[in-house]
Amino acid sequence: MKVVVCVKQIPDPADPGALDPESKTLVRDAKLILDESDSYGVEMALQLVDAAGEGEVHLVSMAPNNETAGLRTALAMGAASATLISDEALKGSDALGTAKVLAAAIARQEPDLVLAATESSDGYTGTVPEQVAALMDLPSVTFAKSVAVDGGAAKVQRQTEAGYDEVECPLPALVSVTAGVVEPRYPSFKGIMAAKSKPVDELDLGGLGIDAGSVGWAGAGQEIVSIADAPAREAGEVIEDEGDAYERIVSFLDDLKVL
Amino acid sequence: MRNAYMTDELEAIYEQTVDFVAKEVTPHGDAWEEAGKVPREVLQQMGELGMFGLRVPKEHGGLGLGMLASATFSEALGASTFAGFDVTVLVHTDMAGPHLINSGNDAQLAEWVPKMLAGEAIFSIGVSEPDAGSDVAGMRTAAVKDGDGWRINGRKIYITNAVYGDLTIVAARTDLENKYGITMFLVPAGTEGFSVANKLDKHGWRCSDTAELILDDVWVSDEQVLGTVHRGFYETMKNFQNERMVLVGMGIGAAQAAIDMTNAYTQERKAFGGHLFDLGAIRQRMAMNQAKVDAVRASMYHAAWMHDAGQDNVKAMSGVKAWGCEVVNQVMYDCVQFHGGMGYMRESAIERMYRDARILPIGGGATEVMLEEVAKRSYA
Repeated sequence: MKVVVCVKQIPDPADPGALDPESKTLVRDAKLILDESDSYGVEMALQLVDAAGEGEVHLVSMAPNNETAGLRTALAMGAASATLISDEALKGSDALGTAKVLAAAIARQEPDLVLAATESSDGYTGTVPEQVAALMDLPSVTFAKSVAVDGGAAKVQRQTEAGYDEVECPLPALVSVTAGVVEPRYPSFKGIMAAKSKPVDELDLGGLGIDAGSVGWAGAGQEIVSIADAPAREAGEVIEDEGDAYERIVSFLDDLKVL
Repeated sequence: MRNAYMTDELEAIYEQTVDFVAKEVTPHGDAWEEAGKVPREVLQQMGELGMFGLRVPKEHGGLGLGMLASATFSEALGASTFAGFDVTVLVHTDMAGPHLINSGNDAQLAEWVPKMLAGEAIFSIGVSEPDAGSDVAGMRTAAVKDGDGWRINGRKIYITNAVYGDLTIVAARTDLENKYGITMFLVPAGTEGFSVANKLDKHGWRCSDTAELILDDVWVSDEQVLGTVHRGFYETMKNFQNERMVLVGMGIGAAQAAIDMTNAYTQERKAFGGHLFDLGAIRQRMAMNQAKVDAVRASMYHAAWMHDAGQDNVKAMSGVKAWGCEVVNQVMYDCVQFHGGMGYMRESAIERMYRDARILPIGGGATEVMLEEVAKRSYA
């Protein structure tokens, strides 16, 4: 069984850098790391291959400057190989442009199953997995809390507000995995050392057969009109208990519609 | 890249170790301090992740890396802020383990290295005695030939990992005519006559177990002699620079954590119409502390690189040990000071880190001994 996992390499959230005032996009010049939200998909893929008793996990990533640091982390966890797409013309890509690139790279692998995070930790559009599935004409299941492969089908528990749905779909399929549903393994030190010699196929747009005009700034259907600092967090409301604090707290939570 | 000596792999090992201790050590450290023990489960988890094999040759199941890897690993462990945990690991991997790796024969390596790598057997090194620390000439523990083995009698003190550990590498005098006539023996816990007289109650490193050991007519076979008879002191010397370095490494990791937490605290703490960090007396002292830590770190990695490049690094590493461990204590002193009353409370991390740091200029070669190592290599 071959499982492809889409992984994004992002600026370290502990040192996120800044937005470029010209392009209004995140500056990605520093070292990039594996998006933590993708580590769950990598872990799930490794578990599925272990359960199948055969197969491998392949990573697909799109990143500037041929950055591989985040990919090496996922390779150290146990993925066998990776495809990295890096091209100057990809700057400014919107979600659909990204999906076109990932779909083309995934298709080359002829996977049985594609896993992705529900959304990245820097862009948060939450639309790329479904767009990839649509471009590849694959069934798409979102918000998976567990995935099992049984013969030619994926059995997915799909998280909902009320609980979860049990969904079954034929393979190949694309499943987006909810963060926190599995415990990503620590890469072993041997895994770290082995990762440097695992194959990473580095491609540009020409290698993928994608027209540069259909992606990046040139192909983007979205425009970033303006950027502004997030509002500073305001002081919360302090409730002094005069015997009725619990009622006021319940009322407060009720207003937020969280009860 | 953190410094010029780093490779991508060492960088990843550093980050992986920092991540591991942040999740698996720091949240539990207070309970371990209370119990006076690091749970074996966490050590076995580290073993499963290959964290004990950095210096073990590839043919024995390790990664076969050099002293720079130990520098990286020890500094990363220091980020845990629980130096008792750090030293539990580093005695196993970098102070006791290397003696087995350097001097063990095939049978000894086959028996003990897999257990060491897995964390199934935790190692300690038994050299210090009440009258013999840095000066081994005072060593009284003696072994005499007895049939197909040796009979050992004596006492050892300040032996890290020997209360709950599984194998102690014991130094004993075997040549009474020669003050350096020492032999090393592999003595497993549970050997008849080999016992813990005391679990020592320490100023810091509270979660690290430290033993006073008694060897009362302990008989070990010839197969348990580690290395060459009478040559144990010289064989032990091979690892001195590494021992010194990892103590600096864990100290620097802790000192950086202390600086980070003190900068954060003083930038939050309101006083005199602003924040404490706005006061020149504090911000400049903390800036100087950062500069000192950066300098010690750079010196340490450089001395490690000298070893890996095949150069003699005794003078360099002794200087780093002497100066670096003093710097760590200066930093901890200031960090307690700038935490104010909170820094004196047992509930604050910095109070513990201050206590933990005090042993660094004493253990693994006292500052005064280290400075002599530098001085005697400084004649024109």
